[in-house]
Amino acid sequence: MSEPRAGTGGLKVLPSDPSKIPGFAAGSVALRGPAGPEGIAPDEGKALTAGSRLEIDRLVALYPDRRSALLPALWVAQKEQGFVGSRAMEEIAAKLDVSPAFVAGVVSFYTMYQTKPIGRHLIQVCTTLSCYLRGADAVVSHLRKKLGVEVGGTTADGKFTLVTVECLGSCGTAPMLQLNDDFHENLDPIAKVDALLDSLK
Amino acid sequence: MAEKLLTRNVGVPGSATLEVYEQRGGYQALRKAITLPPESVTDEVKKSSLRGRGGAGFPTGLKWTFMPKDSPKPRYLIVNADESEPGTFKDRLLMEEDPHLCLEGILISAHAIRAKTAFVYVRGEFVRALRTMQMAVDDARKKGYLGKNILGSGADIDVVMHRGAGAYICGEETALMESLEGKRGYPRLKPPFPAVAGLYGCPTTINNVETLANVPFILERGADWYLTIGREKNAGPKLYCLSGHLKRPGVYEAPLGTQLMTLVNEMGGGLWKDGRKLKAIVPGGASAPVLTAAECADVPMDFDSLAARKSMLGSAGVMVMDDTVCMVRALERILRFFAHESCGQCTPCRVGVSWIHRIVKRIEDGGGQSGDCETMLDVCDNMIGKTICVFADAAALPAMAFVNKFRSEFEDHIKQGRCTLPEA
Ligand SMILES: Cc1cc2nc3c(=O)[nH]c(=O)nc-3n(C[C@H](O)[C@H](O)[C@H](O)COP(=O)(O)O)c2cc1C
Ligand code: SF4
Ligand code: FES
Repeated sequence: MSEPRAGTGGLKVLPSDPSKIPGFAAGSVALRGPAGPEGIAPDEGKALTAGSRLEIDRLVALYPDRRSALLPALWVAQKEQGFVGSRAMEEIAAKLDVSPAFVAGVVSFYTMYQTKPIGRHLIQVCTTLSCYLRGADAVVSHLRKKLGVEVGGTTADGKFTLVTVECLGSCGTAPMLQLNDDFHENLDPIAKVDALLDSLK
Repeated sequence: MAEKLLTRNVGVPGSATLEVYEQRGGYQALRKAITLPPESVTDEVKKSSLRGRGGAGFPTGLKWTFMPKDSPKPRYLIVNADESEPGTFKDRLLMEEDPHLCLEGILISAHAIRAKTAFVYVRGEFVRALRTMQMAVDDARKKGYLGKNILGSGADIDVVMHRGAGAYICGEETALMESLEGKRGYPRLKPPFPAVAGLYGCPTTINNVETLANVPFILERGADWYLTIGREKNAGPKLYCLSGHLKRPGVYEAPLGTQLMTLVNEMGGGLWKDGRKLKAIVPGGASAPVLTAAECADVPMDFDSLAARKSMLGSAGVMVMDDTVCMVRALERILRFFAHESCGQCTPCRVGVSWIHRIVKRIEDGGGQSGDCETMLDVCDNMIGKTICVFADAAALPAMAFVNKFRSEFEDHIKQGRCTLPEA
């Protein structure tokens, strides 16, 4: 197994204070753009915070090979910024001693990493067979109408991104959707979807 | 009704806490097993004839004996908690409701194969299961059930929770190892098999969550007792995932070999709407070839009985369809999944799955052409047995079953340019 390896030599040296990064404005994450891994050219994003870097170091120590911390490290970056930008990828690459291109390749393989900012709330509706049988398509069309976006889109106020996904392992309580980290099941009658959305800021 | 084992703590208040688990007799099996030589633990599991619950049904104890005895390298246990097969939702229940049972099974099994580290690979979407399991690991460590010198026995076993990020193929064992090594989840060519060169090139055993949850019971009560549950060569309790057009879908525990229609009618409460008839059942998750209603009578739900019927128990994801379901559309939903999830390494799989998906989609949209069914069967034929992993077969076999068993429905669709069933 010999993937290309790059030392830190080829990488940009990032200022430790993110506010020194050109184009960075504190707290400004533009909430627009498609969800999903299409982002071949990811947004730049910000440098990781010191806390996140420490967290990644802690994760690295859990494994015999530091590269195993890649998926967990990407989760740290995504948790912090809402997506994994190219800056975060470069930093993680340097920490794990792989090339940024290798990290980008891994990111694009997994559907759960976002490479561009998305809405504050990510709504993922399962439309695989068991959910389909219990009315998943009605949930999708209801959400499209209610939010005024197509699947893959983000509402103009940046509040919601709507996507459809494959089976989430919740087929016995179909139809269901995942809202950010949480599963919401048995969404029949559909009024439950409205109640759910209304409960959100 | 048979005694509940795997689900005995489900629904009990505080079932996920160490306190309640211990009160209900938890960790007694570990106390016993950790003082036994690893070989005796393996022998007991071998004697029980426990078969893997992740899909293939391979004998667990036998798999453990494949680990080389004299390798100087570290040895690993990987727990497959990727659960992404459509129709399957049992491992999530176990991890969320009874994480300590999962953990006790993991620790005993790691001891049996002399692994000092167990990695639990949980699919990325299962945030709650991951948190619950992590809490269980932390609590168990405080109590000395894992970590260094477990319960004073001298054995060291650590458990690391690892979160995936949304890729069905990472449930395949070699893809999972690649993913755990921080790479894309590309299946590896076998041999070498994981027991010889697995994670980081070291001896590795990979088992499903439910498989390992059986182990504490076998150690506590003995293989002879275990063999009294279920059927010959198909022993033990099984979690069945019932979904689709049923009154009471959900996870149900029953012995291996329980009749399919008993599950559907007694546990699942029968079809969800009166006046509808059963049309078809997928018995073992999306990869399992579909059974027509006529074929569903007298189907014992175990590995061998379903194989004899040219389907499979797989992950026991039972998906029930009533007579309002269009089989063209049902297959479209299944193939859309597979087309989305192929890792793309092998041409027959990468091209084949999206090809048959596009044909079904076209038929469904009214653009079917005569000869489409033959083309699909032909493409499937060219996918089976020609790829690095069995994903391609897992997509082609169910597709062939749908087309062969509901051929007239596909042909009607093609001729009339639309669905011939009334909208439900
Ligand atoms: C495409 C594919 C996906 C799989 N997904 C899973 C899965 O999500 N969970 C699982 O336990 N096994 C899955 N398996 C089976 C595993 O490769 C492996 O056989 C299993 O984890 C072994 O554990 P067991 O012997 O305890 O069943 C999958 C296999 C294939 C080919
Ligand atoms: S059969 Fe499909 S999923 Fe398996 S390795 Fe080949 S391309 Fe990947
Ligand atoms: S089919 Fe929707 S969660 Fe499984």
